[in-house]
Amino acid sequence: MTALIELKGVEKHYGDYHALRGIDLEIRAGEFFSLLGPSGCGKTTLLRTIAGLEEVSSGSIRIDGRDMKGVAANHRPTNMVFQSYAVFPHLTVAENVGFGLRRDPRGKTEKARAVEEALDMVGLAGYGKRRAHALSGGQRQRVALARALILKPKVLLLDEPLSALDRLMREQMQLELIRLQRQVGITFILVTHDQEEALVMSDRIAVMFEGEIGQLADPETLYRRPATKRVAQFIGKMNFLPGALSADRREIDIAGLGRVATAGLATSGEIGGAVSVGIRPETLAILFEGETAPRREVQGVVSEVVYYGDMTYYDVRVEGIERPLTVSMKNLIGRPVLDVGAAARLAWDERALVLLPG
Amino acid sequence: MRGAPLRVYAILYLLFLYAPIALLPLFAFNDATIIAFPLSGFTTHWFTDLVANAALRQAVGNSLFIAAMTAIFATLLGLCAARAGAMARFPGKGGIIGFVMLPLVLPEIIVAVSLLIVLRQVLGLNLNNWTVISAHVLICTPFSIAILNGAFQNLDPSIEEAAMDLGESRFSAFRLVTLPLVMPGIISSMLIAFTISLDEFIIAFFLTGANPTMPVYIWGLLRFPAQLPVVMALGTILVALSVTLLIIAELFRRRGLARAGIKDTGGFL
Repeated sequence: MTALIELKGVEKHYGDYHALRGIDLEIRAGEFFSLLGPSGCGKTTLLRTIAGLEEVSSGSIRIDGRDMKGVAANHRPTNMVFQSYAVFPHLTVAENVGFGLRRDPRGKTEKARAVEEALDMVGLAGYGKRRAHALSGGQRQRVALARALILKPKVLLLDEPLSALDRLMREQMQLELIRLQRQVGITFILVTHDQEEALVMSDRIAVMFEGEIGQLADPETLYRRPATKRVAQFIGKMNFLPGALSADRREIDIAGLGRVATAGLATSGEIGGAVSVGIRPETLAILFEGETAPRREVQGVVSEVVYYGDMTYYDVRVEGIERPLTVSMKNLIGRPVLDVGAAARLAWDERALVLLPG
Repeated sequence: MRGAPLRVYAILYLLFLYAPIALLPLFAFNDATIIAFPLSGFTTHWFTDLVANAALRQAVGNSLFIAAMTAIFATLLGLCAARAGAMARFPGKGGIIGFVMLPLVLPEIIVAVSLLIVLRQVLGLNLNNWTVISAHVLICTPFSIAILNGAFQNLDPSIEEAAMDLGESRFSAFRLVTLPLVMPGIISSMLIAFTISLDEFIIAFFLTGANPTMPVYIWGLLRFPAQLPVVMALGTILVALSVTLLIIAELFRRRGLARAGIKDTGGFL
């Protein structure tokens, strides 16, 4: 697949503040791409440089093979859905959606039909005559989407579009955005700080920290083989255990768990020096009466219980490990919820371990 | 009853504020040269005198012209400053905005004297309506900025960017989206600047040329007691005009809020 958007060495300074530090990135045509990171990591700035709302300090951005240097936002093949939606409050819904068609040579009735179609696509058919300021948050969001999609951009940029919606609405819109993206086939670039949202929606995700890309991968790789502790912490929950590599690097001695061959461990790249081993809470299991560990087992004591309804999260203290291990257990039929202080046998599996630097 | 003394105080306060103004129309329609009770009968001839007075007509004309020009220029400058204050980021912004707002608290007499020196001694200009206009723009701009700041603060800064993103140039984005949304603020600002300029005396007194403005002319009239009822008549018209303008300004402000779907928080009336 060819790259639709190519960023090379993109830098952005605001006075002394270094917002983007040498971003190299290729985004493919038709992809649902996410920029994920904590607030202040530069993800929105990066999106705005692609949109043409910010000038890059250095480096180049190419969209569809064309260098975007000196090309203003109104001449780029991109459209944006703003975090605040930026729906024009003094216009009607139809006037909002049709705003970008002002310079379109088509006739009035054709434009009106295009507006109707766009409204229909986002589930707002018949809302055209309403005043924009009388809409709910979710409806404004749809107006902003229709307003951008009606121009058939090469790239649709979404700046935290779901952050202002309540949970139920957000989950519904996530699925709807995925459906829309498949339907129109336009490349979507989503900025979000919500790791779950990124995992659910994206084909690929770039995790950003402090103006740099920490890791770029598909959701499953990102979750199963995070490149660094930081990425691992940002995406889902993970336990970290210090490990010591043997001289020949064939084996690793993990605090509290013992020796494991390094050959079977997931890792993204060459690891040397200080290493940690990561274990996701759901890959550990507490063994209840009569159960035996399929592979490995370790003794511990429950030090904390957090009940979520469908799941229970346990902190289990294991000798030789400084911080208790977090274990998530599904609350299956007949399975009791353990109390703090209860002895717990933990099953673990070396295939679920991730070798990380540091 | 708790609060009763406070209520009496409030009523006395309002009486003190507005009773002298209420006397204006009373004596404007009173058929006597001397401003004193008892009243001696109804007349409208002070108003006909007023219209017949060519010098006064000229003064009113000057004042209206100066006020209109001041309203336009002060609002234009205020628009630029308020937009920059709300949307732009640049070094030293706080200091610059503070400096622009300074004439709000500067004593007018100081402004008047320094401007007179600069205009006459340094630049060697003749005093005319435009010298008054330039000084009035100076003192009215901070008011315009304050009013327009409110309009811009209610505005989502992404809105202009959204218009640009949808294909409009920077200027047409401003014209199509920002301008209609801050238009009520613009009208309020123009009306306020107009009112301030219309009755401003000190600066006009120093900087006016051969043709005095209306307040300066009225001040001159006070030396002739026989003309006092004419001044009362003029004052009546001005009060009516001011109240009307203020009501219009407030109506526009409320309409603007309603149009942008914002909850009302305060205002003039």
